[in-house]
Amino acid sequence: MTVQELPGAVAYRPTPPPAWKPRTDPAPLLPDPEPYRVLGTDAAAGTDPELLLKLYAQLVRGRRYNVQATALTKQGRLAVYPSSTGQEASEVAAALALEERDWLFPSYRDTLAAVARGLDPVQALTLLRGDWHTGYDPHEHRIAPLSTPLATQLPHAVGLAHAARLKGDDVVALAMVGDGGTSEGDFHEALNFAAVWQAPVVFLVQNNGFAISVPLAKQTAAPSLAHKAVGYGMPGRLVDGNDAAAMHEVLSDAVDRARRGGGPTLIEAVTYRIEAHTNADDATRYRGDAEVEAWRAHDPIRLLERELTERGLLDDEARESVAASAETMAADLRERMNAEPVLQPMDLFEHVYAEQTSQLREQAAQLRAELDAEGEAR
Amino acid sequence: MTTAAVKPATMAQALQRAMRDAMAQDPTVHVMGEDVGTLGGVFRVTDGLAKEFGEDRCTDTPLAEAGILGTAVGMAMYGLRPVVEMQFDAFAYPAFEQLISHVSRMRNRTKGAMPMPITVRVPYGGGIGGVEHHSDSSEAYYMATPGLHVVTPATVDDAYGLLRAAIASDDPVVFLEPKRLYWSKSQWSPEAPTAVEPIGRAVVRRQGRSATLITYGPSLPVCMEAAEAAAAEGWDLEVVDLRSLVPFDDETVCASVRRTGRAVVVHESTGFGGPGGEIAARVTERCFHHLEAPVLRVAGFDIPYPPPMLERHHLPGVDRVLDAVARLQWEAGS
Repeated sequence: MTVQELPGAVAYRPTPPPAWKPRTDPAPLLPDPEPYRVLGTDAAAGTDPELLLKLYAQLVRGRRYNVQATALTKQGRLAVYPSSTGQEASEVAAALALEERDWLFPSYRDTLAAVARGLDPVQALTLLRGDWHTGYDPHEHRIAPLSTPLATQLPHAVGLAHAARLKGDDVVALAMVGDGGTSEGDFHEALNFAAVWQAPVVFLVQNNGFAISVPLAKQTAAPSLAHKAVGYGMPGRLVDGNDAAAMHEVLSDAVDRARRGGGPTLIEAVTYRIEAHTNADDATRYRGDAEVEAWRAHDPIRLLERELTERGLLDDEARESVAASAETMAADLRERMNAEPVLQPMDLFEHVYAEQTSQLREQAAQLRAELDAEGEAR
Repeated sequence: MTTAAVKPATMAQALQRAMRDAMAQDPTVHVMGEDVGTLGGVFRVTDGLAKEFGEDRCTDTPLAEAGILGTAVGMAMYGLRPVVEMQFDAFAYPAFEQLISHVSRMRNRTKGAMPMPITVRVPYGGGIGGVEHHSDSSEAYYMATPGLHVVTPATVDDAYGLLRAAIASDDPVVFLEPKRLYWSKSQWSPEAPTAVEPIGRAVVRRQGRSATLITYGPSLPVCMEAAEAAAAEGWDLEVVDLRSLVPFDDETVCASVRRTGRAVVVHESTGFGGPGGEIAARVTERCFHHLEAPVLRVAGFDIPYPPPMLERHHLPGVDRVLDAVARLQWEAGS
């Protein structure tokens, strides 16, 4: 029923507003309906062998790190560890797509990306061991603190990228988030700011199937998480997150595009969390073995290994050398994590403010006295 | 700075001058928020800054407080000094997670490697006839968060001096602007220079011997008026303007209370769980043997900020302050 047909309605003919036109043609922004793949397709032949070998070494190392860190939780050396086993390809691609001057904004599950970027494996675990909340200096490798709150690090990436561009630096920020994090308000606000400011940011959503126990179907009604990009006016890319070659290509394209002033990109990496959310979680309550097994068959290391072997780029000797190098890393991690961290209780009052307040000075004195009394009692 | 010669007449002008001077002096200072550019802010506090420094330095952002503060965090990580406007007190609530989870603790979690030199300007408090969500006093929330400074000027000179200090601070400062005083003229220190004021020091605005009124921001004029009215009754009240809630100036406050032996804390914020409880406890702990009466609080009622047609019943006025002062005398048996 139109307004005119309503009983008693007065015909009203306003001056028509100017015709509405979409600001951007949405078609080029839309992701492909299927995740982009390279390994196992014709495109694989064109990939750089050296890059594939580098990715492979990092994947193996990453897997070993995940296994070692999980073992450390069982020994009580880590308070908690959110494993990224099965997601190594997207973790590694994220780190390797960046230049040294770029910045990485990881979530709590992205220790591998941080380590692959050069962060000391022990320092990457400080937060999870519980001796300091972050501990490392973010400027050293340009890695923001691992963010425990969901998606809140995404606007930081936008702000940093924006600031860098204002200063005339061609720095790109890569912001990582999980599928659950896309439901948070900060995800929306970050993408919106990035698109409006045309900030050099790449958003990488690692869709690993579950936000703790909640499956993607209960998280979003969108056709894909990559489709969300269109609403903000940035391109969305859907990629097989277990395909290291595809991940590296898509990430590098987006980073390059951002660096050249092309603005932000949203990438959804379709992957799977093989382990539980953390060692504190029981994944059997919300998913079946068959599903996990199907994903194990699509393992990122196996996919890449098959490609390398078929092309004659990886023989037993090379494979063993990579494995040995990962083993050395794990042994070193194990050994250093088995040493008790040296904690300084008085550090509690350092780094709260640039200058301690009189209130904190009083409290520091109280703790000092308690520590002294403890020392005397021993 | 060509504008430096003109002394600002109102608090709004003083705040604007503080930002302009800071921006002129330091190219890393960036003003950002909803409507701060072309419009000059809904209170015109940022008027002219976009024109003078360009839209990259004074930026109209999308309407999203978490996004505004969240991007400011990233800008601070890259060496800028963002000055963020939250437009109205209750509009800042969507930004609370950024403030509490990141802004306040980034220095701490990075062992000092990543300070957050962000100033969050929050126009706060009632008395301007604002509808719901335009008159909250949220200072207790900010005070309860370690890592933040919480500053609130009550005079034109402090508006300038404290905002300059806040912007220059390497720590995050929640800068609470009593919007009721935006258009008030300089009335207590008309000759004072527009100098940078160190954060963390309270000042005695009026000297007296009978009791101390401890207050800040929008309640300072109320207390000054109450002190004048009390003089007619023979009560000689001292008025302490805190100016900074965090860090808290125990020294100035306690020195005053030890002199007078009586104290009333006055603020608009709710009494239960409000700043007054903390202040009264601190004073009691430190000055118990000097007290002739319990430390009293005159605060807003423990209700959601009332609709504008009823706010005069909620806001602590001169009479309510004088009633409390009278109770102090009675409690003391005089």
